[in-house]
Amino acid sequence: MVSNKPISQSMIIASVPSAVSDVCGPVLAELEANNFSQEDSFAVHLAIEEAFLNAVRHGNKMDPAKKIKIDYLIDADKVEISMTDDGSGFNPKAVPDPRCGENLYKAGGRGLFLIESYMDVVEFNEHGNTVRMIKYKQKASQSK
Amino acid sequence: MSPLKPRISVEYVENATIVTFTDEKILEDNDIAALQESVMSIIEPAQHLNLIFDFGNVQFLSSAVLGLLIRISKKVYENDSNLMLCNINPKIYEIFKITRLTKVFDIYKDVNAAIASLNPAE
Repeated sequence: MVSNKPISQSMIIASVPSAVSDVCGPVLAELEANNFSQEDSFAVHLAIEEAFLNAVRHGNKMDPAKKIKIDYLIDADKVEISMTDDGSGFNPKAVPDPRCGENLYKAGGRGLFLIESYMDVVEFNEHGNTVRMIKYKQKASQSK
Repeated sequence: MSPLKPRISVEYVENATIVTFTDEKILEDNDIAALQESVMSIIEPAQHLNLIFDFGNVQFLSSAVLGLLIRISKKVYENDSNLMLCNINPKIYEIFKITRLTKVFDIYKDVNAAIASLNPAE
């Protein structure tokens, strides 16, 4: 059954990689309850994993005493997720394209690119420590 | 101490070493560290390996796994070995395609196709 009532949640989570399941679990369950496609769920799962690990590693510098704030809103048409870390922020425009030149052979640097590839809207605050991501529900006719 | 969960299974077929990833999801740092240790223990002592990675069980992975594959491929080529990937499900293949890693790795439909590429018909 599709839930017509938008779900809005805020949580503050420990800045450790394994805590990403505390975000993915409830968000993916809500997407299923709202009849999002498997492709949409895969995209949102990937974006949450990448954004959360970026926040833990690059934002909070693997400091387990720091926190990550998550806000999400899910309604019948879209899912919107914001993540804020305690770090000093970064300039997303300065992140090199991982597909170009020698970057293609580097072990890292693909997280942000994947988020931007799989989500419909990706924005950062001016400080560079909050990312806001939106995925619109795939129409039934677009599902494979 | 709890026993380590196996992350790979290894099979030797003809002149190939087939490494099958046993986990459905490969995400956490611990998973990736365990995988790296297991795979490196196969690659490091050997030369001229034909290594085939079978992703048939894997339904989800993150960019950290792509990084692991790049690190492994560098070690493989240092040891004059070959690396082939196969059995990648369409959603994960899309990640390889988007990141252009389809240009970096030799990717085959399945294990048989990868083995066949090693033994072309004369």
